[in-house]
Amino acid sequence: MQPNDLDRIARQIRLRDLQAVFEAGAGHIGGEMSAIDILTALYFRVLRIWPDQPTNPDRDRFVLSKGHVALALYVTLAKRGFIPEEEVATFLKPHSRLNGHPNCNKVPGVETNTGPLGHGLPVAVGMAKAAKLTGAAYRTYVMTGDGEMQEGSNWEAIAAAAQFGLDNLTLIIDHNRFQQGASLKDTNNLAPFPAKLEAFGWDVTEINGNVMDEIVPALEKRGSRPHCIVAHTNKGHGISFMQDTVDWHHKVPNAEQYKIAVAELSETL
Amino acid sequence: MKDVMTSPKLHDCRDAFVATLERLGADNPKIVAVCNDSVGSSKLGGFKSRWPERLVNVGIAEQNMVGVGAGLANGGLLPFVCGAACFLTGRSLEQIKADIAYSNANVKLIGISSGMAYGELGPTHHSIEDFAWTRVLPNLPVVAPCDSIETAAAVEWAAHYDGPVFLRLSRVGVPDLLPAGHKFELGKANLLRDGDAVTLIANGTVTHRILKAAELLAEQGIEARVLNMATVRPIDVEAVVAAARETGAILTAEEHSTIGGLGSAIAEYVVAEAPVPMKILGVPGIFAPTGSAEFLLNEFGMSPAAIAEAAIALIARKSSRA
Repeated sequence: MQPNDLDRIARQIRLRDLQAVFEAGAGHIGGEMSAIDILTALYFRVLRIWPDQPTNPDRDRFVLSKGHVALALYVTLAKRGFIPEEEVATFLKPHSRLNGHPNCNKVPGVETNTGPLGHGLPVAVGMAKAAKLTGAAYRTYVMTGDGEMQEGSNWEAIAAAAQFGLDNLTLIIDHNRFQQGASLKDTNNLAPFPAKLEAFGWDVTEINGNVMDEIVPALEKRGSRPHCIVAHTNKGHGISFMQDTVDWHHKVPNAEQYKIAVAELSETL
Repeated sequence: MKDVMTSPKLHDCRDAFVATLERLGADNPKIVAVCNDSVGSSKLGGFKSRWPERLVNVGIAEQNMVGVGAGLANGGLLPFVCGAACFLTGRSLEQIKADIAYSNANVKLIGISSGMAYGELGPTHHSIEDFAWTRVLPNLPVVAPCDSIETAAAVEWAAHYDGPVFLRLSRVGVPDLLPAGHKFELGKANLLRDGDAVTLIANGTVTHRILKAAELLAEQGIEARVLNMATVRPIDVEAVVAAARETGAILTAEEHSTIGGLGSAIAEYVVAEAPVPMKILGVPGIFAPTGSAEFLLNEFGMSPAAIAEAAIALIARKSSRA
């Protein structure tokens, strides 16, 4: 799959995500839009996965540690064939398996339950360590938010990954510069991330996380240490009025805003 | 049943745990041990020397330890995550909830030195809240074996059970009570002595104390039923209801807070299914003062004599209702 095709798929996923947020009247649209290009590259290019065998032991693992953008994952999984595309319409409906945070026991393709922040990376370290112990060839990818890196458990896991020599682990920090209540800068500013990760013994690649030509090579990069991709992204990417404002962490567009957003995302489909 | 008085040999149940783990580990290469620098206190030295690569030591980082355990299980391994019960459950409770119980990860959580085993080290190191914290979590059986025989049996069971388990162990020596070759059954209490005046129920380090209390009661002509109830979740409802109906009063004792533990779990069913007077012995909702586990258990009314006395008072309440 070429970057142009991936861009087209990412826009389709954005549009479906936007529709689902509008219909459900809830979601975390800002962080979904920032992460969707990376999710697209993972599921349509990088991950070795088989939608009809979601528990195949040889599959690559992806952990969405920023579980609040579950909808973006559901839309991606649906488009990739893990769940029926029409099921996205059930998002947040009573008894839907598409909860506000992903459930691995209900949704094929979800590896572990996330929601509370700072959980995905330790679990991903365990997955990567298991591959080392068993000689399995799968690779483990995990995506956190940048605000999420304020959770101390992540740094426990970062230290352990280096200690264990997990060159089969890739951490993607979705660095959209905003958390729920304010900018990262005005809250607890861990940025810049690269020197911190390097100090723990990781390789670091900085990319524009909304540009396929930068995302794909970074995800495919192999080295001798755990790899962190600091993905500079835009919260609300692709929808002009949502971009880079703290307001759109989990706001829902009104009818007029929805029309504008649909028009913008449809322009280039 | 063996007489506690004539079975003075006490066993540290950690020894039965690691002996069983190593025996199972020899046949099943998927078994790995995960710890938080607690190789010594979890007695994992032997495991480590046999299979150094299968001992995953994350350092002093319990949240990561539990998450890593979940990840190892996802990767097809069978992790036994070992740490002092106070830190394993208290520090990483949310990881236990989300990564283990809610995710239904096939991880065995082994809480070492639970209750007040760390006695004089004080309440930071006591784990008298762990039943309460863990037994509210769906998918997570909670088990506190009473002796080395039940510990070995429970470890063997846990290794074959497909799903998460919290196994609560102590380091305080206890006599063997169950017969050799005993098989552990989840949610099944063991009748250690029968009687109809009152039922005494305990688990872990306290079971041998209620058995001794029953002997003291028998000397006074009072026949108490004695149940070892290692499984705190799921409770053996059948045994509890039968105890209530057939003996009319239930006394529980545990090395745990009186709030939210074994006694509470039993009371939830007694009140709903067969209301009878109850007495719940344990740490009465306070931070314990300085003292050894032995001293503190006695301090909180769990010497055999004090348990017997409490049982007599409870039986009197039963009679006054009639």
